[in-house]
Amino acid sequence: MRDAVFHILFVWYPYVCLTVFLLGSLIRYDREPYTWRAGSSQILRKRQFRWGSNLFHIGVLFLFFGHAVGLLTPTSLYTLFITVEQKQLIAVSAGGVAGLICFIGLSLLLHRRLFDPRIRATSTVMDIAILGILWVQLSLGLLTLPFSLAHSDGSVMLILSHWAQGIVTLQPIHAETLQSLSLPYLAHLVLGMTIFLLFPFSRLVHIWSAPVWYLGRRGYQVVRSRRPLGAPGPKTPAAAE
Amino acid sequence: MKIRAQVAMVLNLDKCIGCHTCSVTCKNVWTNREGMEYAWFNNVETKPGIGYPKNWEDQDKWRGGWKRRRNGRIEPRIGGKWRVLANIFANPDMPEIDDYYEPFTFDYEHLQKAPELEAFPTARPRSLITGERMEKIEWGPNWEEILGGEFAKRAKDVNFEGVQKEMYGQFENTFMMYLPRLCEHCLNPACAAACPSGAIYKREEDGIVLIDQDKCRGWRMCVSACPYKKIYFNWSSGKSEKCIFCYPRIEAGQPTVCSETCVGRIRYLGVMLYDADRIEEAASVADEKSLYHSQMSIFCDPNDPAVIAQARADGVPENWLDAARHSPVWKMAMEWKVAFPLHPEYRTLPMVWYVPPLSPITAAAQAGQMGTDGGMPDVRSLRIPLRYLANLLTAGDEAPIATGLERMLAMRAYMRAKTVDGVIDEAIAKRVSLTGAQIEQMYHIMAIANYEDRFVIPTAHREITEDAYEMRGQCGFSFGDGCAPSDQSVNLFGGTKLKNVKAGVL
Repeated sequence: MRDAVFHILFVWYPYVCLTVFLLGSLIRYDREPYTWRAGSSQILRKRQFRWGSNLFHIGVLFLFFGHAVGLLTPTSLYTLFITVEQKQLIAVSAGGVAGLICFIGLSLLLHRRLFDPRIRATSTVMDIAILGILWVQLSLGLLTLPFSLAHSDGSVMLILSHWAQGIVTLQPIHAETLQSLSLPYLAHLVLGMTIFLLFPFSRLVHIWSAPVWYLGRRGYQVVRSRRPLGAPGPKTPAAAE
Repeated sequence: MKIRAQVAMVLNLDKCIGCHTCSVTCKNVWTNREGMEYAWFNNVETKPGIGYPKNWEDQDKWRGGWKRRRNGRIEPRIGGKWRVLANIFANPDMPEIDDYYEPFTFDYEHLQKAPELEAFPTARPRSLITGERMEKIEWGPNWEEILGGEFAKRAKDVNFEGVQKEMYGQFENTFMMYLPRLCEHCLNPACAAACPSGAIYKREEDGIVLIDQDKCRGWRMCVSACPYKKIYFNWSSGKSEKCIFCYPRIEAGQPTVCSETCVGRIRYLGVMLYDADRIEEAASVADEKSLYHSQMSIFCDPNDPAVIAQARADGVPENWLDAARHSPVWKMAMEWKVAFPLHPEYRTLPMVWYVPPLSPITAAAQAGQMGTDGGMPDVRSLRIPLRYLANLLTAGDEAPIATGLERMLAMRAYMRAKTVDGVIDEAIAKRVSLTGAQIEQMYHIMAIANYEDRFVIPTAHREITEDAYEMRGQCGFSFGDGCAPSDQSVNLFGGTKLKNVKAGVL
């Protein structure tokens, strides 16, 4: 029974979540572009927002890229430079600091969303749910820190990264290796995958649209033309200074 | 040189009676929706006053428009691209809804359903955001209507700069004017420049600045970048919205709703040709007082054969060139120079211009002398200080405003001599460097203001790029959910549910 549950949660469920994440995002982007937005509530209340949003976003971006690099870098690659133990130390300390920053911001945002009458009244169920789930997920992540410190040899980290690399490289997964992990890790994993599952149905889709391309825009102005191809004048939306 | 055409607007403030018909008709058509209750694409403010949102002209506070750097190049005052992105999580320069006002409705039902009471039942305000009781309404789009509120608060109006404003707090010296405001559809829009998504764009054919609602992600940088605070964040859809210059009407050759319904007939719409290659240069001149002149220098004379040839080469349609030659905007802004841009110092090169208002002569004794001998009073003795108008319309340069006002006074004197005394007095026209014929035309367009003279709008040529046959039977403007208005049920992705009219699901 335990084997079956682990197989479902850590072999099947990741692919269900990834599929919904990718297909759902694609369908929403294509069919519902008007709903594709960050969903800022800054206009309604500035209070708690500047600290909350900045701390949360800075923290969560660091955690996101930290997880991506930490989990997906092949062991053979980083052991050229550092040992597994050193890597775990970096992950725990840097992740701990970023997690704390994120926790402060997220708590401010969650408090604001739940207790500010304007924000509460204009929130959808999903707005509140996704913020709550992120808060629980972050708390679980912080909870794993003492467990990680307890086995500083990096063995748990290796189990996790091999599992994650197996998922994304479509290798056969041995879910039973995860059975040795303590509960906060497992809960963190399942909830993390659930966030991917909910992603296309929440405001999280704005992550896809992070406007880094703005830095590469020539000049500042955007002009669109309705001229047909071949007619005089610029054929494509031109960037004038 | 690259010639583009734009449908521009002039508002003759000398005739504005502050009736708010423009605001109300615009509201009823475009912004009476959830999330946009607080937004007025067009609002009419009483000046002097701090306006809506509060102190919108104070760019030290809101940081709208452009700033010129030491190297002579301009960038949005909120910062260059890196700075914009660095502030994307929380925009430090963004107004809160209370700077506009918390939208409200009234408990009208209470008037009908109240039980027998000692006092007459009243309809008290209720927030349209939270649905809760509002004890007090604090601000609105015309809060200082006809000098409402204390002078001390209204005197925070930044246009008082260089004016001895204490004097105008006294009842005897007070002055006022109306200022209807809408999106300026700038040649150098700061909102578009600050939009990280590239969702805000200027249309090449008619110059209208629009927000692509499918591309807007709600990063809300445009709200602070626009110095006129004419971009509104829809708290319901999470996207920014702005005046669309009623483009469906403009494309069909009809005036905007605000212009069409203006009872004072103060609004004019006409084509302006401009050199798109010189926009940056015109917006970057060092002296702020030169910005009015530099903007005029990129407008192209529609009667100049070289301009016509170049415009044709750049794809401006023939009916647009014809409209440009009859443009009331060209006449008022360029020929008679009685219309001016709103706050050219923002470096946005705005395309909604204003004819400054005349006002009574300050001293009663002087009023008696006025007009009797055809002589004209000094525009500096008008009740509204010249400097105040100059701060509003020419970055503080009084000379062009004085000339404009003198010409308007000359028009009155000339026509009075003609119709009352039966004399054609060319000297009056000559004194303001115009001819009698020009003054007659000014009178025809500015005073008589017939519909066909106010609105010279060429139709758009969508048929070139769109298959009109494919569009038959389609509905007009919707939020992507078919021809039926949106209902409130939410679909899987948080949007409104799609309804297919052809399938009969209504």
